[in-house]
Amino acid sequence: MSPLRRVWRWADDRLGISDVIWPVLTHLAPRDARWYYVFGTATLTTFMLQVITGIALALSYIPSTAEAYDTLQFITHQAPFGHMAQTFLMGSYKYPREMNWITGVLLFAVTVAMAFTGQLLRWDQTAVWSILVSAEIAARIPIVGPSLARFLLAGDTWGGQTLSRFFSFHVFWIPALIFAFVGAHVWLVLRHGISEPPKAGQPVDPRTYRAWYHATIRREGVPFFPDAAWRDAVFGAGLVIVVAALAVLVGAPELGQQPDPSLLASSPRPDWYLLWTFSLFALLPPSWENTFIIVGPAFAAIVLFLIPLWNRGERSPARRPWAVASVIAICLTVGTLWIAGITSPWSPDFAARPLPPTVVGTAGGPVELGARLFYDKGCEYCHAIAGYGGLRGPDLTTVGDRLTPAEMTWRILNGGANMPAFAGNLTPDQVDALIAFLKSRTAR
Amino acid sequence: MTAEPRRPPGPLTRKDFLARLTIAVSALGAAVIGVPFVGFLLAPFFERQPQAWRAVGRVESFQIGTTVKVSFIDASPLPWAGVVARTAAWLRRETQDSFIAFSVNCTHFGCPVRWLPTAALFMCPCHGGVYYGDGTVAAGPPPKPLPQYPVRVRNGLVEIRTSPIPISP
Repeated sequence: MSPLRRVWRWADDRLGISDVIWPVLTHLAPRDARWYYVFGTATLTTFMLQVITGIALALSYIPSTAEAYDTLQFITHQAPFGHMAQTFLMGSYKYPREMNWITGVLLFAVTVAMAFTGQLLRWDQTAVWSILVSAEIAARIPIVGPSLARFLLAGDTWGGQTLSRFFSFHVFWIPALIFAFVGAHVWLVLRHGISEPPKAGQPVDPRTYRAWYHATIRREGVPFFPDAAWRDAVFGAGLVIVVAALAVLVGAPELGQQPDPSLLASSPRPDWYLLWTFSLFALLPPSWENTFIIVGPAFAAIVLFLIPLWNRGERSPARRPWAVASVIAICLTVGTLWIAGITSPWSPDFAARPLPPTVVGTAGGPVELGARLFYDKGCEYCHAIAGYGGLRGPDLTTVGDRLTPAEMTWRILNGGANMPAFAGNLTPDQVDALIAFLKSRTAR
Repeated sequence: MTAEPRRPPGPLTRKDFLARLTIAVSALGAAVIGVPFVGFLLAPFFERQPQAWRAVGRVESFQIGTTVKVSFIDASPLPWAGVVARTAAWLRRETQDSFIAFSVNCTHFGCPVRWLPTAALFMCPCHGGVYYGDGTVAAGPPPKPLPQYPVRVRNGLVEIRTSPIPISP
């Protein structure tokens, strides 16, 4: 025996490495668990990536450019959702794996918390406004709301203490929870075994399932390493390479302006993964908001935690149309809100510039004066003409064909559901000029 | 591990006593560390910071009828807060000696509203909230008018009183 091997033998005997690790690595996995089983380890891989890059980042953290930061996040947050949807669709949360699901839900929650606290640590303008918006949303909750807002801001308003506390949450508290939940989750996978691919017509019965699973896995199972693990390794390595490539090719998003709350030329938007909530609060009727802020998250949490109550019966998505329909519904809803959030047509267009002469069509007289007023009085922030201006209100490119001067005057002076009344801000001459301009907006 | 058969109730044995002692002193130790720890975590729930008056400029530097952005330092900033210690307000000189200071935070969800002088409107960049010059809601989702900061004139200086965010009118 070579000396090196003897050293290894000695260490392995005293430390018990093979005794502990080997049985875990070679635990029996279902033979027909194929490529679609790689998402669990893929999620684990992205978590480990987060940890490693996070530690690297911490070496140089004095809020500054964070390399590869959001590219990473995109994949890291995509992975847990994908894995969760798959687990749900395949009914893998059913008996006896209920607690696998619960720890998974907790992991999902801490992942979002991690992303949120991380966004603040960029400590740019968007970061400070995001935290303020969150505090204001929290403040809407009855009774505890204002205290909760204080807790988020760590005081009366933002300050050094906000950054210190978020840094602590992001770097110590939440990672500690993640490690604990990942540990529990993986332990439960080992305890209950990897769930077999669902087959239609083979419902889960808690009275017989365990005995059946153990008999089947002993008869047909294959050792996880290497019979199943090679796929996880290949997929995980691919993922790491893709992330590294994205970090090099795309890089991190630009940091915004400095986090000076007295700079007001800011249009805060949440990071991509919460962009859909931004749309939600723009599109919800205002009278529903307060209810929604409380009921929405509470409902989501209750449903997610109660799902394992339906722990028996069919696992195959082919026999669970409601499960499939609800996942599709969630994806469509969030996807639609997300796309809406990218354009956010409900926001005024602060980048609007005075209409060019080619659009106005004349270089003098009341029409030209009206065009200037159209910009000066803020109309163009919400109304577009020939592609210039905001999308908040109706497009007025051909308003002259649609409305009479009397109708236009009435609307301008009195406003509407989502339009200010301009009666106090326009002289009669200005109204005339504005109407002359709008009347000239016709199709020909 | 095999479960011991349950013994009939009797006098406290040495074993029972030691088991309870272990649990009790462990709990005591955890509490001694845990209470201050949790207290420190939850401190922002209970702390009340004193507010302060902050000068934002001389009276004569503001024109009657115009609305300008002023910035001031929070009530009790930490030394390392840097630019984050600043807060802004929209200040308007209404008459010779009366001023009005609006919060810059939209009452919808706190985004920074911008004053458009020619349109005489405050517009919010987030969900489309609009306010008239007097702070009342003109359009969009905001549930309340723009809150105001207390403002006063002392020794020729305009002073704004700091307020917790979100300002509750």
